[in-house]
Amino acid sequence: MKRFSRVNVLLLLAVLALAVTPLALGLGAGKEPFAGSDALAEQAIVDDHPDYEPWFAPIYEPPSGEVESALFALQAALGAGFLGYYFGVARTRQRQRDAAAEQPRE
Amino acid sequence: MHIAEGYLPPVQAAAWFAVSAPFVVHGSRALVRQVRQDPETKLLLGAAGAFTFVLSALKIPSVTGSCSHPTGTGLGAVLFRPPVMSVLGGIVLLFQAVLLAHGGLSTLGANVFSMAVVGPWVAYGLYALIRRAGGGLDVAVFAAAALGDLATYCVTSAQLALAFPDPSTGFAGALAKFGGIFAVTQLPLAVSEGLLSVLVIRLLTRTSGDDLRRLGVLSRPTDEVRA
Repeated sequence: MKRFSRVNVLLLLAVLALAVTPLALGLGAGKEPFAGSDALAEQAIVDDHPDYEPWFAPIYEPPSGEVESALFALQAALGAGFLGYYFGVARTRQRQRDAAAEQPRE
Repeated sequence: MHIAEGYLPPVQAAAWFAVSAPFVVHGSRALVRQVRQDPETKLLLGAAGAFTFVLSALKIPSVTGSCSHPTGTGLGAVLFRPPVMSVLGGIVLLFQAVLLAHGGLSTLGANVFSMAVVGPWVAYGLYALIRRAGGGLDVAVFAAAALGDLATYCVTSAQLALAFPDPSTGFAGALAKFGGIFAVTQLPLAVSEGLLSVLVIRLLTRTSGDDLRRLGVLSRPTDEVRA
């Protein structure tokens, strides 16, 4: 593998390790391990300010955790799909430019 | 992770809208100008938006035993300047508020300020500073993306502390509490975002050198050799 690709793979592995380590070490605690930090903040507000009433409710809420995860997956897929498309186009363009530059002019 | 729907008092929610609005309006103009002046970069602009879209959908476990997600706005700020990211980040936040009940419409102003204004500006400021001091592209992009991400959640913590000061210790106590929830959780995620942004910029130097040169990102001969 070339140096360029090797470094890229290492970068991805480091990200993976950062995400998996807390899970592997079982750092999650409490009623719901690895809950969202936004839910924890909501809880902290409710605990310290029991009289606070959220004055606005979401206009649409996914009916279940499954539907919500589907929508999050859709968001990630759309983004990743476009990124893949972009790199496909950019790489092809770059190759064509290189090929055109190599062609001897008549 | 953003401030949930309804979890800012009405006056403060409105105030954050007022603060963020000029950045988004100015950003929209910058975006239109960018597309008009350099239509060739339209696709790359889409890619920068897509990067934010992916990263803010990835909820990743952290050392605090809770989950959060990166923002992905630092990379776009480096490529297209912060005003453009105020718009792209705002679109992502709007999408999540309307379809996912993540964040919220009433708290959109506050969340735009943290993720689409402060994050990108911190990222771009650091990037410019490191580059001017002679730092390499990868180092500058890593620092920009990681600390822009972290800055976003520090602002979120401060916004909540301002709205919900601790009953006994006041603003400072609340800042420590929300900082523990958001900012500490974000530390490893910020590193991840930095690494992923470096990965994307490395790929971009390979495939999109011309675009990066026009945007002023590849400004030195050494940048090219490194790739």
